[in-house]
Parts: sequence; C-alpha cells; structure tokens
Amino acid sequence: MTEFFQSLGMNYEFAWFTATIAGVLLIALPLMLAVAMIIYVDRKVWAAINLRRGPNVVGPFGLLQSFADGLKVFLQETIIPSAANKGIFILAPIVTFTVALAAWAVIPFDAGVVLANINVGLLYILAISSLSVYGVVMSGWASNSKYPFFSAMRAAAQMISYEVSIGFILVCIVLFAGTFNLTGIVLGQEAFGLGLINAFVVHPLIFPIWVMFFISCLAETQRVPFDLTEAESELVAGYQTEYSSMSFALFWLGEYANILLMCSLNTLLFFGGWLPPLNIDLIPWFDIPGIIWFLLKTFFFFFMFSWVMATVPRYRYDQLMRLGWKVFLPLSLFFIVVISGYLMATGHFGGAA
Amino acid sequence: MIQTITFYLFAVLVIASAVMVIMSRNPVHSVLWLILAFFNAAGLMVLVGAEFIAMLLVIVYVGAVAVLFLFVVMMLDIDFAELRAGFIKNFPLGIAIAAILLAELVLGIGAYRVGAIELGTPDGTSAPLLDRSNIESIGALLYRDYIFLFEAAGIILLVAMVGAIVLTHRKGPADARGQQDIGKQNRRRPEEATVMKQPGIGKGVEL
Repeated sequence: MTEFFQSLGMNYEFAWFTATIAGVLLIALPLMLAVAMIIYVDRKVWAAINLRRGPNVVGPFGLLQSFADGLKVFLQETIIPSAANKGIFILAPIVTFTVALAAWAVIPFDAGVVLANINVGLLYILAISSLSVYGVVMSGWASNSKYPFFSAMRAAAQMISYEVSIGFILVCIVLFAGTFNLTGIVLGQEAFGLGLINAFVVHPLIFPIWVMFFISCLAETQRVPFDLTEAESELVAGYQTEYSSMSFALFWLGEYANILLMCSLNTLLFFGGWLPPLNIDLIPWFDIPGIIWFLLKTFFFFFMFSWVMATVPRYRYDQLMRLGWKVFLPLSLFFIVVISGYLMATGHFGGAA
Repeated sequence: MIQTITFYLFAVLVIASAVMVIMSRNPVHSVLWLILAFFNAAGLMVLVGAEFIAMLLVIVYVGAVAVLFLFVVMMLDIDFAELRAGFIKNFPLGIAIAAILLAELVLGIGAYRVGAIELGTPDGTSAPLLDRSNIESIGALLYRDYIFLFEAAGIILLVAMVGAIVLTHRKGPADARGQQDIGKQNRRRPEEATVMKQPGIGKGVEL
C-alpha cells in the first residue's frame, strides 16, 4: 500500500505512515463490525440449539440487535464506585480492548495481506495474549469489591496455566513449519497431507495437539466450559460487576475480538489459513480469493465455539487447574519430544533444513 | 529521525516509570509501573534489532512473572502508618546501600572511560553471525557453543523445581481433603449418592 501512496506524490516516510494508518483502520473497523455481527451469530446459534428463536425483533431477523445494544450502553451513565481506585478502574477496559486489537497486526488474511509481516509473529501473538490478563486483574482489583476480586484471582491463575500448554503446542507447529512467521507457517501447509490436503491437522501427530489447542483456546478466552471468571451463579458477573456503559462495552468488544483471534489462529496454524482445503483444481477453487477461505474457516471455528457454549456445563475450578497442569502440560511436552523425534527420523524439517 | 524520536520516547518512559515504581505510595501502582517499564524496555530492544529478546521479555516477565507479582501484592493488607514507621528504622541501612550503589556506578563509569579491558584476541568462534535472524543466531550459540552451560542451567532449574515441590507437598491420609480421586468422583452415580426417604407425618428422618 506504501507504493500506492507514493504514486500520489508523497515521499517514502510519509507514504509509509499513511499506509500503516490506513491498514490499521482497514483491520480495526471491519473487526468491530465483525464483532457486532458475531455476537448476533453467537446468540442465534445458542438459541437454535436450545430450540428458541433468539434475537428477532430489531431489524430483519434481528440483525440489528447488536447495534441496538451498543446504542443502549453508549447512552447509559458511566458509574464509578466511590470506593474504586479511579485511574486503574478506567484504565482496565481500555487495556483489555487495546490488547485485543493489537494482536491482529500480524494476522495474514491472504498471501501478503498483513499489516506487519514480522519474523517472530507467533511469539508476538503469545506476548500480546499474555497481556490480556492485565485488563481482568486490574478491573478486579480496582473495583474494590469481593466478587470482581475473586474473579481476577481466578483469571490470573487460569490464563497463566493455559498459556503454558498453548506455548508448547505452538512449539510443535513451529517444529513442523520451521518458522515463527505466520505467513511462512501457512505456506508450509500447502499440499502437506499426501500432496493433496492444505492443512497440518491431517497429520496423525498434529490432530491430537489441535484438539488440545482448541480446548486451551476456550480456556484462554474464558469461554463456557471454563468461564469461571464470570460464573454468574457464583460471582454475579465476575470482574465486570461494577462496570456500566462504555467501559462495560469495551470489555465485551475486547472479549469477542479475542475469541475471533483464537478462531483465526486455529485456521492459520492447523487448517491452512487462506489456502483452499484441497490442492487440486477440480472446481475453480483457486479463483476464490484467499480471504474468503480464511473468513469461512474462521467462521466455522466460531460456530464450534458457540456450539460448545450451548452444549457443555461449566467446569469446577479445581478440575480446570487439574486439566491444565496435570493433563495438558505433560501431554504437550510429550508431544514435543515425539514430534521432534519423528522429524529427526524422517529428516522433514519444514523450511529450516 | 523516527528512530531518534522513538528511542527517546521509550527511554524517557522507562526512566519515568522506574522512578514511579519507587515513588508511588500504593504497592499495586508500583507493580503496574514496573510492568510499563518492562514493556518500554522491550520496545528499546526492538529498536536495536533484538526482536526475539524483546518478545521473550514480554512473554516471560510481563506475561508470567509480573502477573504473579501483582497477584501477591494485590492480596497484601497494607498498613501505611506501619510502613512509615519502618521507613525511619531502615533509613541508615538504606543510605548505606544507596552509597554503595553510587560508588559502584561512579567506579564503573570511571573504569569504562579509562579504556576497555584486554580480553585477548577473539579466535573467530564467537564472531557475530550476520545475515541470519535473531532466533537462528541465538539457537546456534545456545545449542552449539554453550550447550554444556545451557544444559547445566536446565538441570539446576529442574532440581530447584523438584526441591520447591518437595518442600511444600504434604502427603496426608488418602481420604483427607485435597487428595481427590477425580476418576472416582466422575464414576459416582445418583444411586450411590442419594437415598429416597418417605417419613411418616410427625416422625423425623433417620440418617
């Protein structure tokens, strides 16, 4: 995009600056729209599984429900509890929202369509997702109230535990792809399965770690079987209890942006990103733009997230910790050893060898 | 130009937040300022081209160590009057440590300005590997040149971890609280857990 702005007669630095700002807006604004629609989808899927109708009043099929909700919270009064620690109380939702958006900078939507194609893309994602716990912890402490504080304690422990297993799972993928760059990882999946299927997940050693990754994603984004931080039967609304108006909306937007990020990570790391599923040109698959494939796959994973939400009951907290530390951690370590051994034996080392 | 601006932005923020770490009254605020300092230090490392170290700094220190820090500090019940009383008592020790640190700084900078220490001629084995990414160069150094030290550090950490677990782990009787058998809990059926009683009117239930 820098070249386009240079062709308008700008010098290189200014063209780069304008292009980056334009890129940020091109990602962030559709993302906000996507979050609004995905909340609607979430509620519709949930309703359909429960044999209800879901939102169906505002606009055709209730499509405008999320925007009506957004307008409602926008017009509410912002309440700051008198016992709260004001600065941190206001900062917490801002941190959550900013961090949720920042991770999208390295996500490639198509070949070359990425804001920052950095070498350490996967590490950047890990770093940013480890920051997202701060929004929750800060809000829980600053609210100066029991339930948000319990919620913050739970969130801190839960997210650190599952980040460990996510880290090990990502190491397995990096071993296969031979690079930390997300574009490189997607390109490494081209014709991976028998020269036919564009996905890492078909490999018998990768399928189990994908299952672990999906479950860890649910825990990392605090989705339903692991949503102990906002368990309404125990903690009112968790860390959001004292929030109202836009500060509450920022938490919501950040949460769903994080969920979409995890869905797109599933797509990029295990299901071939923007590549069509099969590497043969039976029907004109390669004429469909890559971004369509990417969005379709991401949407499929979001559907799976909603499906899980409507199906399974909430975990108990000690079982959650047991699953993270006693099941996933040893299993993912074991898989690192097995996969390294397999790669050594077969001499297949992705792009690095 | 932009590098200079960015450097001064990060550098000023690092120093300012480091000052705020010791200046702020509330320990939780101190930890949050410390996190900001870590973050800006990572920014400085990106600026000198060490992006791998920068990401590790954020993942390890900001993402894990500082969260645990915050976790502990948040649960403290702080009495500010007591803190100030302790301040007077510890004042002489504090002054002594500050003087030692200042002397070290002055000596260090003085020695540096006299000239570099002669370390012998490099034999070329540890020459900087150009045209390689950060990760590859660090990997080559750790796993080829310094493999013994690296593995030794790993074993020491493992022993420390085992030691910490041995020190805190208490093995109680099998039926004590905290020694759960998850499999047994999941196998439990309603028939084992509940009984149906139909007491007559005016009569209690025998349990």
